[in-house]
Amino acid sequence: MKWFLLIIALSALLTLGACGKKATPPPPPPPPAPPAPTASLAVSPNSIQAGQSASLTWQTTNATDVSIDGIGAVQPNGSQSVSPTDSTTYHLVAKGTGGSQEATARLTVTQPPPPPPAPAPTVADQDLFSQNIKDVYFDYDKSDVRADQQSSVQADVAFLNQHANINLTVEGHCDERGSTEYNLALGDQRASAVKNALTAGGISAGRIKTISYGKEKPFCTESNEACWQQNRRGHLVYQK
Amino acid sequence: MDESARAFSQRRPNSRRRPVGSHGPKLVRLLFAVCCLLPSALFAQDWVKTGTSLGVEKVRLAVPDFKPTTADPQNAALLKTFNDTLWNDLDVSGVVELVSKSFYPLQVPGQPTEVNSLAWNAPPPNAAMLAFGNLGVAAGRLTVQGWLYDVKNTQSPQVLGKQYGDAASDAAARVMAHKFADEIIFRLGGGITGIAETQVYFVSDRTGHKEIWAMDYDGSNQHQLTHSGSTSLSPRVSPDGSRVAFSALTKTDWEIMMYSIDLNRTVNFPHLGGTNLSPAWSGDGTKLAFSSSRGGEPQTQIYVSDVSGGNLHRLTTDKGPNVSPVWNRKTNAQIAFVSGRTGLPQIYTMEADGTNQQRMTDQGYAVSPNWAPNGQFLAFAWVRKYGPGEPGALDLYLMDIASKQFVQLTHDGGRNDSPSWSPDGRHIVFQSNRSGSLQIWTMLADGTKVQQLTFTGHNTQPNWSWK
Repeated sequence: MKWFLLIIALSALLTLGACGKKATPPPPPPPPAPPAPTASLAVSPNSIQAGQSASLTWQTTNATDVSIDGIGAVQPNGSQSVSPTDSTTYHLVAKGTGGSQEATARLTVTQPPPPPPAPAPTVADQDLFSQNIKDVYFDYDKSDVRADQQSSVQADVAFLNQHANINLTVEGHCDERGSTEYNLALGDQRASAVKNALTAGGISAGRIKTISYGKEKPFCTESNEACWQQNRRGHLVYQK
Repeated sequence: MDESARAFSQRRPNSRRRPVGSHGPKLVRLLFAVCCLLPSALFAQDWVKTGTSLGVEKVRLAVPDFKPTTADPQNAALLKTFNDTLWNDLDVSGVVELVSKSFYPLQVPGQPTEVNSLAWNAPPPNAAMLAFGNLGVAAGRLTVQGWLYDVKNTQSPQVLGKQYGDAASDAAARVMAHKFADEIIFRLGGGITGIAETQVYFVSDRTGHKEIWAMDYDGSNQHQLTHSGSTSLSPRVSPDGSRVAFSALTKTDWEIMMYSIDLNRTVNFPHLGGTNLSPAWSGDGTKLAFSSSRGGEPQTQIYVSDVSGGNLHRLTTDKGPNVSPVWNRKTNAQIAFVSGRTGLPQIYTMEADGTNQQRMTDQGYAVSPNWAPNGQFLAFAWVRKYGPGEPGALDLYLMDIASKQFVQLTHDGGRNDSPSWSPDGRHIVFQSNRSGSLQIWTMLADGTKVQQLTFTGHNTQPNWSWK
């Protein structure tokens, strides 16, 4: 009986050995797969003018690491204001244990229509200056502001009072007669005389520079009285 | 002008036959002798015939071309430069009368042994003096030998014998001619040093900007000093010739600037603010006078500082403009200047401390005073008959400071301005537009021997070096 049992056992062993694979135990149940991340990215509005801003909004789920190109790491959910100068495609990458997910949103930036909204304010000042400011003319060899020039001085004072942001230089000019040196000194007195007339009208002296050009930079180069009168002047020049 | 301290009114214009060696300095004095004796004539008309032809015979000097001593190919060009320069130096000196070359004998000497006095001291040349010599280039070296002979003195004719040597160049030939001319002028002109090696500083716009330039007194070797690209005016060279003060337009103001001839660049001078014009050196080179509206002053005033800009103090307080100061370079104790305090600009003098301000001109429009080296005269520019209906030519005048007597030097129309005396007191350099554009001219201080020095661009405000 012992031998019989042994044989049975051996044959069984052999049989079992031949069919071993059929005999593997069932595998343990797999762990539940982690959920894949989800991501969405939106920009509102999706078209702006340069200089304006738009709101960039994103939501993600199941993500541990969220970043947007050009912005960097961000919270899983959030929004941010952006104002690019050129059209931009925002690219969000959400990474999680369940994989990664991308989302994109495009913001179209249009250039603003040129001038109408805002021409540079200084240009306007300069134009206003040249439209309103009047030069002051002098008699031969004189540096006192003559009576018929007072209206010009008053117009200048009125304009400069209304535009307190504008500074100016008064250039003293002379006609071609007489010596270079004497005319430079005379031009200096003419510039000072105009400056004094403006400050007497209430304009701050700190806004007014003076320079003499003597007969170095004539407005008119003929040798006659009409031309000479053009050159005997205090010339008011806009200063940025 | 050492003898000029004697009152010229005591001199007679018809005194004649002065000994050789004293003619030159008499020119100006003679001019004034004429005006003192004929005041009514002088004031009645502008054109008065004055000058050396009225009473004084100048030395008749013959200057045959120097002869070549070698056959070097450079000889011909250098010989021409030398002969032209020497002739011009002597011609404009005012000291001698050059005998026309058409009167010369056919055989001219290049060596003392070749001199035949009889051929020169009798008509047609009728020369009293003979300057001659030779020039040669050998192995790149230029050698010039020159002599001055008194051909009326056949026993001991040699007055002067000189030899010069240098590397051969046009500039070297020019310098040798200047040196030899000055030796002759020194001996025939009363012991006064000649001016053939002096310089004239001036303003030229030929680069498109007004810059400071320099040239030899005869107009050769014109060259630019400043390169500011701005506007530079009123150059005034220091007595020792090492620096030029001038006025330039900076970004904000007219400032006094200083240029070093030695360093070839602008050197530091403090910026004073306001308009700063017309610097002037004292004769001892220690002070500058100039015009300034610094500190917000509405009028330009005359200031004096030391040459580094320190010790600044103001001399004038009257209504301006006050401008164009110039020192009495002989005494350093007076300053002449221009002031518009009574209306049209007039010439004034004052002590160097600002006291004793005296008006010199009585009418018209008078500017640009320049004090003669002898301290006795002012040259200046004047529209004397200024007023409606007057043509108003700006002419150069000379005034005796003590008597306020004056004589007119230019008569040829146009605007003549910015006179500046040569160091020997015999010449005046000035600007004039008589040729149609503003150029620089020289003349003798009696108004003769007028020569144009510049021809390119516009050239103004000449200033003659002090030596």
